[in-house]
Amino acid sequence: MADQVLDVKGLNCPLPILRAKKTLKDMDMGATLEVLATDPGAVKDFEAFCRTTGNELVESDAGEGLYRFVIKRMS
Amino acid sequence: MNAETRTNAKTMSMIVTKGSLDWAYPPFILATTAAAMGVEVTMFFTFYGLSLLKKKLNLQVTTLGNAAMEMPMMGMHMTMPNIVSAIPGVDAAATSMMKNLIKRKGVASIEELREMAVEADVKMIACQMTMDLFEYKMEDMIEGPVLGGAATYIEEATKSEINLFI
Repeated sequence: MADQVLDVKGLNCPLPILRAKKTLKDMDMGATLEVLATDPGAVKDFEAFCRTTGNELVESDAGEGLYRFVIKRMS
Repeated sequence: MNAETRTNAKTMSMIVTKGSLDWAYPPFILATTAAAMGVEVTMFFTFYGLSLLKKKLNLQVTTLGNAAMEMPMMGMHMTMPNIVSAIPGVDAAATSMMKNLIKRKGVASIEELREMAVEADVKMIACQMTMDLFEYKMEDMIEGPVLGGAATYIEEATKSEINLFI
C-alpha cells in the first residue's frame, strides 16, 4: 500500500510526469507514490524519470489500458 | 564561473523562435519535463517565439508550410494541402480542430505548461531586440522573464550541456 495515490488517468505527456514530480516534492524521503495512468508512453517515461532523478521505480505494471507505477522518493 | 556557483545539476538551454500553437508545444513540454527531472533550464524567446510570453495568448495553427498536417476525422485522416490555407476560414477551422483535439486527448494547454515552467523556476529571457522590433512592452508579458540579448543567451549556452533551437 503506497503512502499516496496520484490519479493521472486521461492525461497525456508530459502531464503524468509533471504531476508526479509535483506530488513527490511534498512527500517525505522514502515515502511511496502510486501513480495511475492511461498514457502508454508513461511506461518508458517513468523509467527514464526515475533513472535520471534517482527516485526508485518500485513497481510498474500494465493491464486493460491502465498503467500503474509505484515510485519511492529517494531524491 | 567559479566552483562555488557551479552546481551538480545538469543544464539545458533553448532558443524559442516560433509562436504558433503547434510550435509552442515542443519548447514548453521539454522545458517543464527537464525541470521536473532536475535539469536547470533557460529559454531564450526571440522573434515569433517572443509572443509566447504575452499575458494573453491567442495561438493559431496554419496549414501553410505544414504539408504533413493530418487531422483525425471520423476514423480517417484529413490532409491539409498548402493551397487550402488561402481559403478564408481554413486556418481558423484548423486551429479550432487542433484545440478540440488537445482538450479531448488530455494534452495540456500552452498556458498550463507555461505556468508550470514558471513555477519550476525555468529561467526565461525575452529578446530585447525583438521587443523593440515588434514594439512589445514588458507590461504585456507574463511575470518572470528577464530582458537580454544574444550575448546573454550565449553565456547560458556555454554553460549548458544541452542546447536546442526550436
